[in-house]
Amino acid sequence: MTETTPAISVRDLHKGFDSNQVLRGVDLDVNTGRSLVVIGGSGTGKSVLLKCIIGLMRPDRGTIEVDGRNISRHTESDRRYMTRMTGMLFQGSALFDSLKVWENVAFRLLNAEKKSRKAAREKAIECLGQVGLSPEVGDLQPAALSGGMQKRVSLARAIASDPQILFFDEPTTGLDPIMADVINNLIVDRVKALGATAVSITHDMASARKIADEIAMLYQGRIIWRGAPDEIENSGNPMVDQFVHGRAEGPIKMAVRKS
Amino acid sequence: MNIFALTGSLTIEGLRETGRMANFAGRGALSGILGPFYWRAFFSSLMRIGFTSLPVVGLTAVFTGAALALNIYDGSLRFNAETFLPQILSVSIVRELGPVLAALMVAGRCASAMAAEIGTMRVTEQIDAMSTLAVDPYKYLIAPRIAATTLALPILVLIADIIGIYGGYLVAVYGLDFSGPVFIRNIAEFIENRDTISGLIKAAVFGFLIAVMGCYYGFRSRGGAQGVGAATRTAVVAAAVAILASNYVMTSFMVEF
Repeated sequence: MTETTPAISVRDLHKGFDSNQVLRGVDLDVNTGRSLVVIGGSGTGKSVLLKCIIGLMRPDRGTIEVDGRNISRHTESDRRYMTRMTGMLFQGSALFDSLKVWENVAFRLLNAEKKSRKAAREKAIECLGQVGLSPEVGDLQPAALSGGMQKRVSLARAIASDPQILFFDEPTTGLDPIMADVINNLIVDRVKALGATAVSITHDMASARKIADEIAMLYQGRIIWRGAPDEIENSGNPMVDQFVHGRAEGPIKMAVRKS
Repeated sequence: MNIFALTGSLTIEGLRETGRMANFAGRGALSGILGPFYWRAFFSSLMRIGFTSLPVVGLTAVFTGAALALNIYDGSLRFNAETFLPQILSVSIVRELGPVLAALMVAGRCASAMAAEIGTMRVTEQIDAMSTLAVDPYKYLIAPRIAATTLALPILVLIADIIGIYGGYLVAVYGLDFSGPVFIRNIAEFIENRDTISGLIKAAVFGFLIAVMGCYYGFRSRGGAQGVGAATRTAVVAAAVAILASNYVMTSFMVEF
């Protein structure tokens, strides 16, 4: 990747479901080696944006370029290109519950890269160590782990193939504040160690401040503000201000029916 | 909406669903042919679908064979044709009851399990995760299940045929005073290869349909536990209907040739 080409470039991205237009022209650049956090309320299209970028959803309109390559046509070749370059941590961890923890971490190595079980297991144990889990955890089933441990395993799985771009979907949702901070630290640590570009979505402001080089806010299908974490308190944008401070009153109206 | 518009929209949606299902089945089968083929997933499915279905298929077959022998004997007594019991029993089981009953039992056990497992994977984003890990879910989840069920059903049906006939044999020999050796010789002389082969062809088609229904409804499930529950229910009903309808179509071809 070059200095001038952003790792990810999104232009005029539109995506809707029946009559519900979720993304209405998103423009977004993420430079190589930077960590961008997209914040926004529930239902504003953060997950849809992430799934469009990673190739799990086909956008209705607009372009997505990764390292200068247009991947918005959603072809098989685009899919292969993206899966080769990226890793993702899912909101609910999305571990395969029929496989052991180490087989989850080594899933890509075993099934896509066709590594031997011995080599894949060694790499999986190494990745588990990088997220603070002991080798014994590798032989457990995912159902035997706590939510925080499952997130760590999911992070280990995402980094197992040394991806150039990492995506984090609500990485701290459902965790207590201490475990959330542990996960945030691990994300910062692993992204730096890999020298990767990171895109995260969250509505957890503590997490956003910790892991972001830049924060962007998505509202009504568009990016309405973007800046450094220390600028967000004085963004000058009333919607960002309301979201950051978690106020019910303000320009963002929630659809709550009063009896 | 008037009755014509309703009929039209239901027909169009039915055709659309059939097209989606055919597309899914084709993609699933083709994924297995083009490879890579996940042998570990295949053998695991073969074990779960084939081996663990043996007790229920065997029990169904033995009781069906026994009851069928009694019914054939009782019916054929009316025109003094009770000596044909072994022939009628064997052709009924090998051509029709063996494949259909075994398939219905496997559909109840396995189409529901496939829909529930794949549906849960869908709603918990495990299928999305698989895609991001450079593994095609059609190749890893669908193709091994289709191959395993298509292979397992003929083997199960062959076993069900033998057990079903044995159930009839027990009733005939120990309850109706038939001679054991004569019973077996009559069946051996009467049954033709095409009877057995037609039953096994039916079984393979039923196996394919069971896997497609289970996987298709699981793969398309949405909306949490309720969605998975609905997918499971629909998969079993669709598999049973597909078995019975395709059985008629195949039988009508097979009796002509």
